[in-house]
Amino acid sequence: MMLGSGAGNDLAEDMMQEVILTVWRKAALYSPGRGSVATWIFTIARNARIDRLRRQPVQPYVDVETVSIACDAPSAKARLIGNQSDEQVRRALDLLPDEQKTVIELAFLKYMPQSEIAEKLGLPIGTVKSRARLAYKKLKDKLEDLK
Amino acid sequence: MSIHHHLDDASLMRYASGDLDPAFCVIVASHLAMCGQCRNAVRLAEAVGGDCLGQTPQATVSDDAFARLSQMIDAEAGRQPEKPVAVQDPAGQLQSNVPLPLQHLIGGSLDDLNWRWIVPGVHRHRIELASTDSSLFMLRIGPGRKMPEHGHGGTEMTLVLSGSYKDAIGRFGPGDITDLDEHIEHQPSVDSQDPCICLVATEEPTQFKGLVSRLMQPLVGI
Ligand SMILES: [Zn+2]
Repeated sequence: MMLGSGAGNDLAEDMMQEVILTVWRKAALYSPGRGSVATWIFTIARNARIDRLRRQPVQPYVDVETVSIACDAPSAKARLIGNQSDEQVRRALDLLPDEQKTVIELAFLKYMPQSEIAEKLGLPIGTVKSRARLAYKKLKDKLEDLK
Repeated sequence: MSIHHHLDDASLMRYASGDLDPAFCVIVASHLAMCGQCRNAVRLAEAVGGDCLGQTPQATVSDDAFARLSQMIDAEAGRQPEKPVAVQDPAGQLQSNVPLPLQHLIGGSLDDLNWRWIVPGVHRHRIELASTDSSLFMLRIGPGRKMPEHGHGGTEMTLVLSGSYKDAIGRFGPGDITDLDEHIEHQPSVDSQDPCICLVATEEPTQFKGLVSRLMQPLVGI
């Protein structure tokens, strides 16, 4: 993941260790009612990337998490999505048309900003945004059906 | 709080993947802090990220990586496991009309800000952020006043913190966010008894074309 976001080998390895260490320290904070373990690790790694590679503040993400812990009761539905999500999300992703799937994968696998995705695919940014929007809507509909 | 205007799905995805610049990150996080519906929506986008993580091709690490990691974890063994972040006075902080991500930048009250007059009935408080080309500022607009025309360059978001305004799209009260791709021709006017206070992020400083406008820009400053 870190290599995908353009870190050199050493930095990527440092960051990987940092993420594993954070996971270790915060393991007690993980709550299955808030999503799968993979999702939780993704958020920790994303925050490390914002902090270390983009050198931007992660405080807003930390604050949203604080509010979420205080206000959002872990719901049965979230737990359901949490338990099943890895497979369900994958299946929902696989059902997307290629052009939408590509946009999602470039954003979440390669950490490309929407502007770079537009450049890479030779598309106007508006098209990239509407593909992301359509993809998200389909994923949401698929996963809502789980209820 | 009943919120009627939410984040665009494309913005939710950008927040989840970490693709927002600091100014937009603050305004999106501020809406999220006020809106349970969008927090749920972000969680789904993060689940997509979690899934993609599992699809990432494995990278090889250096030979001593595991040994070093084990040492680091051993060194951790004596530490107390981390507890949920204790917010001092959580109720007070979460019930303030300043959402938590914004409190870290302006404090907990909308009254003590260094408001600057820009045009009649309109005051602005600029929020300085490092490493961003976008601007983040707050506007306080008096009852009955119109919002100044601004931000025809790129993306712009406006989050209402107190009071309300009305435009062709609808009525915007606390927690409501406008997340518009193309700037729709609109000039909202404040319809609350008290001033309307909102947080605004714009992608680039407004580009004024004429010379007079350019001379005006430092004065209007948005
Ligand atoms: Zn919302």
